[in-house]
Amino acid sequence: MNEVTIVGLLVDVIAFGVLLYLAALGELVAEKAGVLNLGVEGMMAIGGVAAFWSGVQFGSPLVGLIVAGIAAGLLALVHALVAVVLGADQVVSGLALTIFGLGLSAFLGKEYVSLPPVEQFGTLPLGSLRELRIIGPILFDQPWVAWLAAALGFLTWFVLERTRVGLGLRAVGENAATADAAGQSVTVTRVAAVVVGGVLAGFSGAFLVLNLAKGWTEGVTAGRGWIAVALVIFGAWRPGRTAIGALLFGGLLALEPRLQTFGVEVSPILVSMLPYAITIGVLVVFSIQSRHRPSAAPAAIGRAYRREER
Amino acid sequence: MLAVELQGIWKRFPGVIANAGASLAVQAGSVHAVLGENGAGKTTLMNVLAGVYRADEGSVKLYGQERRFSSPADAIGAGVAMVHQEFRLIPTFTVAENVALGASPMMLRKREMEQQVADLADRFGLHTDPGREVWNLSMGERQRVEILKALWRDAKILILDEPTAVLTPDEADELGRIVAAMAADDRSIIFISHKLGEVTRFCDEATVLRGGATVASSLPVETLNAGMLAELMVGESTAVSQRRVRTNPATDTAVLAVENLTVRDLHGIATVDGVSLQVNEGEILGIAGVAGNGQRPLADAVAGLVDTESGSIQLAGEALSGTGPKARIAAGLAYVPEDRLGVGLAPKLTVTENAIIRSYGTTGSGPMVDRAIARDQCESLVDQYNVKIGGVDRPIAGLSGGNLQRLLVGRELATEPKVLIAAQPTRGLDVQGVKAIQDVLVAQAEAGVSILLISEDLDELLALSDRVMVMREGQVTAEFEASQATRALVGAAMAGSAHQEAS
Repeated sequence: MNEVTIVGLLVDVIAFGVLLYLAALGELVAEKAGVLNLGVEGMMAIGGVAAFWSGVQFGSPLVGLIVAGIAAGLLALVHALVAVVLGADQVVSGLALTIFGLGLSAFLGKEYVSLPPVEQFGTLPLGSLRELRIIGPILFDQPWVAWLAAALGFLTWFVLERTRVGLGLRAVGENAATADAAGQSVTVTRVAAVVVGGVLAGFSGAFLVLNLAKGWTEGVTAGRGWIAVALVIFGAWRPGRTAIGALLFGGLLALEPRLQTFGVEVSPILVSMLPYAITIGVLVVFSIQSRHRPSAAPAAIGRAYRREER
Repeated sequence: MLAVELQGIWKRFPGVIANAGASLAVQAGSVHAVLGENGAGKTTLMNVLAGVYRADEGSVKLYGQERRFSSPADAIGAGVAMVHQEFRLIPTFTVAENVALGASPMMLRKREMEQQVADLADRFGLHTDPGREVWNLSMGERQRVEILKALWRDAKILILDEPTAVLTPDEADELGRIVAAMAADDRSIIFISHKLGEVTRFCDEATVLRGGATVASSLPVETLNAGMLAELMVGESTAVSQRRVRTNPATDTAVLAVENLTVRDLHGIATVDGVSLQVNEGEILGIAGVAGNGQRPLADAVAGLVDTESGSIQLAGEALSGTGPKARIAAGLAYVPEDRLGVGLAPKLTVTENAIIRSYGTTGSGPMVDRAIARDQCESLVDQYNVKIGGVDRPIAGLSGGNLQRLLVGRELATEPKVLIAAQPTRGLDVQGVKAIQDVLVAQAEAGVSILLISEDLDELLALSDRVMVMREGQVTAEFEASQATRALVGAAMAGSAHQEAS
């Protein structure tokens, strides 16, 4: 292994990490408000096809990002209406969202299959920083979406932990009745959180299609949405820990196609299974810990809230 | 000046009139007791004042001004806050976060917020650590957080719903000091209770409710005495809790024997700490104690619902330790749990399904349930225990507390158990329901069933039990024969060592 291979690998680790992090961050926001959204995979696919469409139409990745965010946000709104406003089962609604999103994106994207790539997210004008040996290409030559992901991660942490909005959102996810009694609107908070989660999944889909897959094919998401869901658990619902997890899981994704060239005799299927295996392991550790303290999971997750009169 | 004036409050729920023209007048800067039995309408009336319920009729005035609240947030805005019996706290939040939730500046500066909460707490003598997460705290500390929440929102009128029910005697005394400090700050405190002792110690005036109406208003507490209060609270029909006369005395044969039982909760605290007891054939053993002193984990452990750390449980000589509920049922154990609708019954299932949920093995052959047999079993239960239902195929969720309990007790007794654990069997029931359940318990004991009766109603324990044990902090701290057990003695033992050592 020489320097070029290693740098190439690390560049990809960051890229895949960004892909997973954007989607996981969105899921984290929704889950912190007490709504499980298993529709990440479907929202990413919709975001991806929307970004590609807008790339063909307008040729601007920034517009693509915005369009992808809107499209996936609208899809998330469906989940919010069904699971939050109407109080239907979050698991069922989320799974339906994945199936629906995958199907719809395949239908909408039929004409785009095997079209040449559209314009990618470019790098930031960081000048000589990009020329630095090793860290130049790994950090400073990344598309600006990577910096956006890092900024969004920090912003999410800040809003959740340091603002009134975040305190209210976390309260809704822990105990909706208590938050309601304290004057926090459960429905508004949850709908907003789910939609924000959808927008971020859409960003992730756009980055996938424009920069990583470099084109649209049916099923381009290939289970990355599910890894993002697992990643939230791995990250214990914390933006910082989730970022570390994103790099770890991103590393596995980056390693998978390279294993053979490295001469490692491991089935790539085993490697692609690893994120889930690790997540199960982490869950086991959490469960053992939570015998002595409350679990890291938002307590009200998955539970619809209805205000009751006796 | 009157801080609160409630007049002619009516509140009806389906099948129940909770308030029938109740009234209340609270002086500003005073501590006002609202007394009454379970079901007298105290909590409903306070929920009207706190904006949780809207009254069907009647007026609410604060400081002379007519008010109408459509939500608790409205009431809080007008300066009324209520500390409910079940605390509304978020365990994973810190004290400061719980206090500031919904009433904080846009940007949270942790240090500053914690300092402000600490300052507020100091002003009223509320000992707390603002940076700690609430799941670490004792019930008394959690209650102080709830009070802090109200003070943080600058509530002028504080309603405390049975605040001492979950407190140790020391914590209750501390609460008394806090309440006095708040009154001195010209806030008005409404103190819901049914304990005369603390009312005379902590309060200035008392209003008594019975059957949803006010029977005595704003009595100075110095004029109160136990006899008069009991008469006001219970009215004429005091027949419920007279000491029963046994026709068929208990034998000395131990049926249920618990040795040195220890149970730990999730945090590793011993909720049951080396308890030994035995219940003889045909005997009712009463367990007295302030709520939360290990009664529930004891019952759950004997029923096989929680793991025990050490100790043994025997039923008629058969070791039960380590077995599950099914084996214990087979051995002759029946359990009427404290949480009727959560543990005892399944609210969305029908009356029939609930009635056979323990005995479905006998309703048909193989994996099939024979609906006709199930229905027969259910109907005979309903007849025998006089359960009033809307139909055997209707969900039980709509039944009243008394009817739910009759169904549950009937179901548990249908398997002809040797031992019955009855936890808070009459809590929240109306007078008729209380009498029906108590009669069933006595009849079963006479027929030879051994009963472990856990109750917070001291009069009930004294009336029904052959022996009374007192639990405090997970341990059995005193035991009395029925003939020697008096309210004063058992009450002193419940209150704890300070009183015992003094005597």
